[in-house]
Amino acid sequence: MTTRQDVEVEIAALPAHAKPPMRELGRRSEAANHPFHGRAQADSHDRVAATVAAFHRAPLALVGKVGRREEVVAACDGAAALGITIGMAVTHARALVSDLDIRPSETEADAAMLDQLALRAVRRWSPIAAATPPDGLWLDLTGCAHLHGGEERFCRRLRAFCQRAGFTARVAVADTPGAAHAIARFGPADIAIVPTGRTVEALSGLPVAALRLAGTALVAARKFGFERVADLLPVARGPLARRLGLAAITRLDQALGAVAEPITPRTDEVMPIVERRLLEPIVTADAIAQVMEDLLGDMAELLRAKGLGVRSLRLGGLRVDGTEQVVAVGTSRPTREVSHLLRLMKLRIERIDPGLGLEQFYLTAPHTEPLDAVDLGAVLAGEVLVRDPARLVDVHVPERAVMRADPVVAPTGWPKWRRPTRLLARPEPLWGVIALMPDQPPRRFEWRGRPHKVVAGDGPERIHGEWWRRDAEVWAVRDYYRVEDETGGRYWVFRRGDGFVEDTGDLSWWMHGVFA
Amino acid sequence: MITALESLPTTIAHLRTIATPVVDHRIMPFGIPALDDRLASKGLRAGALHEVTAQSCSMVDDAAATLFLAGIAAREAAHSGGPVLWVSCRNDLYAPGLEQAGLSPADLIHAQPRDDAALLAVVEDAARDGTPSAVIAEVSRMSMVATRRLQLVAADADIPVLILRRRRNRDQDPLTEPSAAWTRWRIASASSERLGVAGVGRSRWQVEVARQRGGEAFLMILEGCDETGCLAVPAALGHRAAETAGPARYAAA
Repeated sequence: MTTRQDVEVEIAALPAHAKPPMRELGRRSEAANHPFHGRAQADSHDRVAATVAAFHRAPLALVGKVGRREEVVAACDGAAALGITIGMAVTHARALVSDLDIRPSETEADAAMLDQLALRAVRRWSPIAAATPPDGLWLDLTGCAHLHGGEERFCRRLRAFCQRAGFTARVAVADTPGAAHAIARFGPADIAIVPTGRTVEALSGLPVAALRLAGTALVAARKFGFERVADLLPVARGPLARRLGLAAITRLDQALGAVAEPITPRTDEVMPIVERRLLEPIVTADAIAQVMEDLLGDMAELLRAKGLGVRSLRLGGLRVDGTEQVVAVGTSRPTREVSHLLRLMKLRIERIDPGLGLEQFYLTAPHTEPLDAVDLGAVLAGEVLVRDPARLVDVHVPERAVMRADPVVAPTGWPKWRRPTRLLARPEPLWGVIALMPDQPPRRFEWRGRPHKVVAGDGPERIHGEWWRRDAEVWAVRDYYRVEDETGGRYWVFRRGDGFVEDTGDLSWWMHGVFA
Repeated sequence: MITALESLPTTIAHLRTIATPVVDHRIMPFGIPALDDRLASKGLRAGALHEVTAQSCSMVDDAAATLFLAGIAAREAAHSGGPVLWVSCRNDLYAPGLEQAGLSPADLIHAQPRDDAALLAVVEDAARDGTPSAVIAEVSRMSMVATRRLQLVAADADIPVLILRRRRNRDQDPLTEPSAAWTRWRIASASSERLGVAGVGRSRWQVEVARQRGGEAFLMILEGCDETGCLAVPAALGHRAAETAGPARYAAA
């Protein structure tokens, strides 16, 4: 009987193009590996110790929905030793281990935890740190390593910290984020420091999957026989891009440092807060207003130093009986003007129930926006600067001519072409249209299953596609007509295409709106 | 006896003045004598709730009803100079079309609440606040209590609250439900005048007052909003009287 190993050797001997695809491989080697096999010889001494320790509690596995089936997405060491592997169906896992502790995976909670860790990294280790979901953290050590006693010492301290916090961590230091990402996940050691300029050597032994490729690119790489990163390096770029996709080339270049991959750091925002403790509890509205004014004065100072304005404010008052009274105000523009905010706050005084007296107040600004000096030079000189050239273009495509605007801005109007009262969110097709080409309104059409006989029509109003947006719109043309049917309904219909050039549209008719 | 007979007409006139309520409300006239004269207060009362619905559930009539309200609000906004608040749970209004009825985007604030309950709260808060010059709301379901509340709020704030009652289905007429609205209108789209040349003429609507306080129901054909929101009487209608819709109903004042 041929074993799986024999077949694998046989397959390995074949040239790359003759190797069977994965699916066939599974069939020819009969069964998949038994989960207990293959683990035994890999066990080192540490591993055995960890496994023994892990056996003191019930093996734990987290399950989540992958595609349509419930799969094991994470398993503890004890569970892994019992043969629970990631990607195994939950029913299979349950059949293997009867007392398996199965819990649903909470991806949002994981992401929140990772974010907290990134925040801690920003505060303690490096000003540029970011979480890379689902399981990574990037720290930019440039210029920070000496603060922690060198890279090696920092790595050890970082790993010790993670162990204390209950995480299993692997740390890699490399020239590029991509290389560090690959070596931390696929490298041989838990702590790996790649010397400057040695990225290529460090990467070349790793599997292609280390490059953060998309699933399709991985499948293609396997099909073309690329297993290690080293296999990719000597191949000409053009053919490689055609086979694996341009994104894969970008990933490779990012890992090697040929393409920049800046880290967007996690920002550490501190909510401005000011507070006042009172000598004795207050109950009257006047006294509360006085405290509000004092707090707003403090807050304005704080915000001026930071160059911020508030969009929302929360005032909390602690009552003598230990409960809290909270009122909030919001503004539509960032501001830090005390008199204005005080007027808004005073409107809320009646909602504060002082009870037996309020003894402490605090004021926070949960939502702030930058509010700084504005350069008025150009405006005073009468120059109106338009930054976005697209704004210079009148938008004529009807569905793009409108958008939601802030209530405080005064939008300008539109040209005086006739426009409907209500516009369909997406044009609806018309059937059975009879119209004279190329520029006559339709004589009849069917819309929503009802025939309409047209008695009068205006048009066409030709609207061209916006060539700067999409290639498909370069030649696109819509001819709009305003038509009235015999019952008095007035409609806005259009035809795609001008009837002469095929690129302009397929001559289909559409309903786009209704006139009053 | 003779003196009593002589004084009788004056007594009846005097009694009439006592019986008819004194109109001291602010009035928003349509500017069309043919329409204003038939309304009890010679125009729409400004501080009141007015309900408008489309004659049928087709989009065409709905658009006519929408623009009818937009025209009223546009004239009121031009008169009192405040923004118009348009509250609707749906979002298929087309602002360039409203601008052509006189409601420019700078004068219009849209609010899109979650559901009808939140919508009524928004309308009431806005009217109480007094900032908008008019409030337009699109509602499908509205209880008698809600209409009474809105009517009181509108009268307090002297702001017109204009409700577009949407039909929930084909057979249900929103105006059959009880309401405290000052006037109730039913609007439909009508054929425009055939021009001598190819093209669509000025739009015409069939405007029906289904109920008004202190007046009778009637129906007439009017020409739609121009760019200032004003309606007009079709030229052909000048030769004959406007027809009254159905049996005349005397509504309670």
